Amino acid sequence: MSMLTVTPQLDDLGPAPTPRPLTRRRGRGDRFFSGLMLTSGGIVLLVMSAVGLFLAIESVPAFQRTGLRFFTTSAWQPSTGEFGVAAIIGFTVLIATIAVAVAVPVALGTALFITEVAPSWMRSGLVAMVDLMAAVPSVVYGVWGARVLQPHTIGLAEWLANWLGWIPLFTVDGHDPSNPLSSSAVFFASSFTAGVVVSMMVIPIQCSVMREVFSQVPPGEREGAFALGSTRWGMITVVSLPFGRGGIIGGTMLGLGRALGETIAVVLIISPRFDFSFNILETGSNSVSALIALRFVEASDFDLSALMAAGFTLFMMTLVVNFIASAFVARSRSGASSEA
Amino acid sequence: MTTTIESDRELWGPAATSEVNRAVETTFLPRHPANAAAPQPRPIGRFGRDDVLTMGGAAASALATTLLLFGRLSTLDGAIGFVIVLLLTFIVIYAMLTALTNDVPAIVDKVMAVLMSSTALLAGSALAWVVASTVWNGRTALTKVNLYVEDMSLAGPLEPLDIGGIAHAIVGTLVIITIALVLTVPLGILCAVFLNETHGRFTGLVRTIVTAMTALPSILAGLFILATWILILGFPRSGLAAALAVSIMMWPIIIRSGDVVLRLVPGSLREASAALGAPSWRTVWHVVLPTARSGLSTSVILGVARGIGETAPVLLTSGVAASMNTNPTENSMMSLSLFTYEAIRSPQQNMVARGFASAAVLMILVLTLFTLARVLGGRGPGRLTKRQVRRATARSKRDLARFEPNSTGATS
Repeated sequence: MSMLTVTPQLDDLGPAPTPRPLTRRRGRGDRFFSGLMLTSGGIVLLVMSAVGLFLAIESVPAFQRTGLRFFTTSAWQPSTGEFGVAAIIGFTVLIATIAVAVAVPVALGTALFITEVAPSWMRSGLVAMVDLMAAVPSVVYGVWGARVLQPHTIGLAEWLANWLGWIPLFTVDGHDPSNPLSSSAVFFASSFTAGVVVSMMVIPIQCSVMREVFSQVPPGEREGAFALGSTRWGMITVVSLPFGRGGIIGGTMLGLGRALGETIAVVLIISPRFDFSFNILETGSNSVSALIALRFVEASDFDLSALMAAGFTLFMMTLVVNFIASAFVARSRSGASSEA
Repeated sequence: MTTTIESDRELWGPAATSEVNRAVETTFLPRHPANAAAPQPRPIGRFGRDDVLTMGGAAASALATTLLLFGRLSTLDGAIGFVIVLLLTFIVIYAMLTALTNDVPAIVDKVMAVLMSSTALLAGSALAWVVASTVWNGRTALTKVNLYVEDMSLAGPLEPLDIGGIAHAIVGTLVIITIALVLTVPLGILCAVFLNETHGRFTGLVRTIVTAMTALPSILAGLFILATWILILGFPRSGLAAALAVSIMMWPIIIRSGDVVLRLVPGSLREASAALGAPSWRTVWHVVLPTARSGLSTSVILGVARGIGETAPVLLTSGVAASMNTNPTENSMMSLSLFTYEAIRSPQQNMVARGFASAAVLMILVLTLFTLARVLGGRGPGRLTKRQVRRATARSKRDLARFEPNSTGATS
């Protein structure tokens, strides 16, 4: 019971203690195993960087021929040296933007519905549904878009052109709203239809990222909002959406990356054109991947180099978008966006 | 015992009561006006009789209004237009009905709940539309047996659906995906283990690159194989080249999802294994991988589902073939997705029907794989099925009998 503390004198203990060396002796099996793992990582790294590297090397002749005009020319005649990606990149971005604009509200609504609104018995089924949307091959979406959906979007496009035609985005050359017999052929194969179909492939990607983030909302903050008398929507606006901001932005960007690179569905719907136009309801559009898919068959060596140059441009675009996206998603996962 | 009760009585006895009384005298409690109703807790997420009736009423009146007005007031026509008008009418009427009994936040809440449900419904019905319309449009071709056993070598685009089939595409798809699996699964899982077992700058770099590559446009994977394997190395266009391109697509998917699954293996299992003196490769082989087996098979199946549906890489690296080709090293090899793409671009109705049929076959293949993945991957790492539990129990009983021959399986 005495309160006396005895501190040991260092002198009593002899020489000053040195830290115990902690080393690990690794057996032959382990050295082999870690070598194997390192090799596998190295191979993956090598192959993945080779994709970018070889696209760059192969596109050198095309870039030598055109220089920076490659990014400002709106034509594709490699044999005459008159080719560039200005219009094609424009259309690619246009289709991807339409796809993301259609997909984000649906993906966000579905993600919120799954995490906040749906009764618990419905949840796993809805998650499976979203995963299933991601698993359906893009060619199936393309077939559906070109043969099944297209006749139905024509009516919508016509209505938009009639009522909102004064907005340059919805203007359609050769369409006269006052003429009831005007042909609806001007609405076929448009960027709009392509964008709507690509959005079907973007929705599941965005939705699963957003759902993941919303499911990580701290239950304390959620219950705090409810305890203060908030409605469910009130809780979503003050807790879920701010917390999931990084995931929403990251998921949107990931979807954008996918939309930029989509090939087959776009090829099946659009009819290619090389003069850029903002009128999304009009016939004709293009995309880098569609260009490659349609042109590589009868391509000469130089044509192929030009296609590689376009592919390399697309590669850099998707790479940048994906890096930004994964940075956003990674930051939101670590909880940095919650101001707790 | 007694002492505690007494001390309690001391605490909460008359002295304590007077303390409480004094506190009441000096604290101002908020007072509600006598005629105001006591505030009710807000019901959250409850879907009661009122909600059902309001929603049903709003739906009925919206349907009636839309049927009455559709095509007269708005020029929007077609099925999509009808759905849009119906939804907008429903939301307006529903908001008006809820406004009868609720305050503004509650109205906003209910309307937003309806909007969120309708986006989920929209996504679901779009998916159902895709699946159903594909099967429906391919039905005439799907019901013919020759579709599954013949190739297109004898059938021109004008031939009736009784001649020709997609056997070559089915075989080609299976050959390509098998080669891709052999290439990607060992290396993919090894790399996923690498990402999990080691930490450092190099691991971070590999993870970043793999993440960025999961969204590599599929046509670029095909273009890469075309540039290197076919143009620089001089190999012919073949099923093997297509398999290489598909592998580049599948690889990051398997690594990424494998990485996520392996991360779920409890660290205590690893530590227990290490504490028993196992070298790390034995820990991985006997503890980590078996624990994550169901999740890893899910990630492989997801990779396969993605790879099997890729069209663009096959188009660039293999090309179109009309006849059966089982040799992956020479000549073009058809895949189901490529056949669908070619057939649907044809102006001939019979070819289009075949395209829908092969799209349906492809989709059924993918959906089967996907269901398999859900069934296998439904359990977390280390969760056993009933049969596995029974087997583990039996093994444990045998061990007990071996260690203690006298107690014959006393435990169960």
